[in-house]
Amino acid sequence: MATATNGGREVVIEARGVEVGFGDRLVLKGADLDVYRGEILGFVGGSGAGKSVLMRTIIGLIRKRAGSIKVFGNDLDQLRDDERRAIERRWGVLFQQGALFSSLTVMENLQFTVRENLNLPQRLMDELAVAKLEMVGLDASVCGKYPSELSGGMTKRVALARALALDPEIVFLDEPTSGLDPIGAGDFDALIATLQRTLGLTVYMVTHDLDSLSTVCDRIAVLFGGKVIAAGTMETMLKSEHPWMKEYFRGKRARAAIGAREAARPASGG
Amino acid sequence: MKNGQFLRENLQGNRLALTGAGAWTSVNARPLEAQIDRLRQAHPAVTAVTIDMAPVERLDTFGAWLLERLVRAFETHGGKVEVTGLKEDYRGLIDEMHAVKLDELDRRRGATSISYALSSIGENIVAVGHSFIAIVNMFGALVSALLRVVTRPLSFRMTSLVHQLDMVAWRAVPIILLITFLIGCIIAQQGLFHFRKFGADVYVVDMVGILVLRELGVLIVCIMVAGRSGSAYTAELGSMKMREEIDALQTMGFDPIEVLVLPRILALIIGVPILTFIGSMAALYGGGLVCWLYGGIAPDIFLSRLKESIALNTFQVGMIKAPFMALVIGVVSCVEGMAVKGSAESLGRQTTASVVESIFLVIVMDGLFAIFFASIGM
Repeated sequence: MATATNGGREVVIEARGVEVGFGDRLVLKGADLDVYRGEILGFVGGSGAGKSVLMRTIIGLIRKRAGSIKVFGNDLDQLRDDERRAIERRWGVLFQQGALFSSLTVMENLQFTVRENLNLPQRLMDELAVAKLEMVGLDASVCGKYPSELSGGMTKRVALARALALDPEIVFLDEPTSGLDPIGAGDFDALIATLQRTLGLTVYMVTHDLDSLSTVCDRIAVLFGGKVIAAGTMETMLKSEHPWMKEYFRGKRARAAIGAREAARPASGG
Repeated sequence: MKNGQFLRENLQGNRLALTGAGAWTSVNARPLEAQIDRLRQAHPAVTAVTIDMAPVERLDTFGAWLLERLVRAFETHGGKVEVTGLKEDYRGLIDEMHAVKLDELDRRRGATSISYALSSIGENIVAVGHSFIAIVNMFGALVSALLRVVTRPLSFRMTSLVHQLDMVAWRAVPIILLITFLIGCIIAQQGLFHFRKFGADVYVVDMVGILVLRELGVLIVCIMVAGRSGSAYTAELGSMKMREEIDALQTMGFDPIEVLVLPRILALIIGVPILTFIGSMAALYGGGLVCWLYGGIAPDIFLSRLKESIALNTFQVGMIKAPFMALVIGVVSCVEGMAVKGSAESLGRQTTASVVESIFLVIVMDGLFAIFFASIGM
């Protein structure tokens, strides 16, 4: 398997010139993006700019019109169905609303992909489901509940546990902290950072949450006008003179979030 | 799969030295688990175990959990277990696994099928009790809303009532006409076919008249209404409940019972007797038509025979039942609608429950009415 590297770091997702449109409206006009192994990438952009579209294109829910996407060095367009499924098993997706199956209990939701992909005894699957629940900060008491009985934060945690069910290498998170209160969102960010360290995950996070961006993300990529106009650390973002990025990272709302972080570590060069 | 691929064992007295190998990942979880379970059973007397994990190439949650399980298996038998050679990257994962508590899972698994069956019977009985209470509750709320409306007639939602009447009564007329007409035809045809064998053709008129006016007219109409309008009520109220519209109404100072439920149930109470009348007439018409065309009973004979066999009270029995049945259908469908919770699946479940429950209660009520009318001699 050919694995592209960039400056010594392994590139796990490589998107080049991705074009996606709906009808005669072109949403992505040649977006380029690299995601490195083991990093948490925050992906930002205005509402309706196509952040989720690029994520959904990478995971194959939306067809692209042009460009190429390589995951683990494999061009997704050139894979046979079984090879593609093997790749899909190496990533997990957390959808914005959780997308838990409403007719299955939490336990059944967590075991769904495991049951389909691995032939494991029920007892082991039960124990692993409990282990996954504890990893996301819940416990075995929610096992028998249905998704409609869970609160918003619990739904996100269960959905994250389900995304991690097969021990993926990449997790895609679509606005993981939206709809959570600031404390819940902070906890969730910390959880993602912990899991990323524990499991060695690569995290691709679509988000609007400046707190998430400044606290857990290693790198930030910005989508504007259908292209990825910048990618780099928070410091790079703050230095940018692009009008939209200036407004986004140095606007009134941003100053409150990022300023707090800067105050906490005055020695930083940002 | 070659045995000993993931763990090599070296037994010295009561000390067991294990050496891990291969990739302890999800795809290998099954053979690895089999080997771990076998190890535990093969060495019950071991008091000290060392596990060297250095040669293990990769470890994921599956492998980490199975390692933890191996450790726990020996520790519960009083053994001392030492894990060495773990890569530092995996330390966090192992710690996570070490903290996993299975008490809850064991407790759930401990429940046998008998206790499960008993608890499910118990839960169902409690659920029936709750739904009975909910129906009584709704009935009370309805009466109090009605009293409030009577004291302030201007606050009554007339537009809503007329709209609901249009939906449940006027638009139901064609299908009710068609179905009751066909039922009348079928009863008459079956009656003629069997009564003819002993020359009692003309009694078919008695049978059709009494059956349709006392029982079938109102029952068929109620079953149709429960399926057609009751389910619509549940779905409407349920989706409003799901999207918090009912909560919104409440915060604006409206009583959802008064605004949503009362007009709907009143519409049914007015509409169902009318539909019952129309349906009974259509069934008699169908019966008469079959008697004439198939049984050779001329319309004037049919009519005079009908006059002799039925009295006004036969007709009254059917019509008196209609509004009560309408009330039951209305209350049940609104209760079920209000019981909808967040998910789309719950909406479907409540709608089904609403139709099944209303048809069941309509038939039970019909039986109670039969006893009642028999004892007062109607």
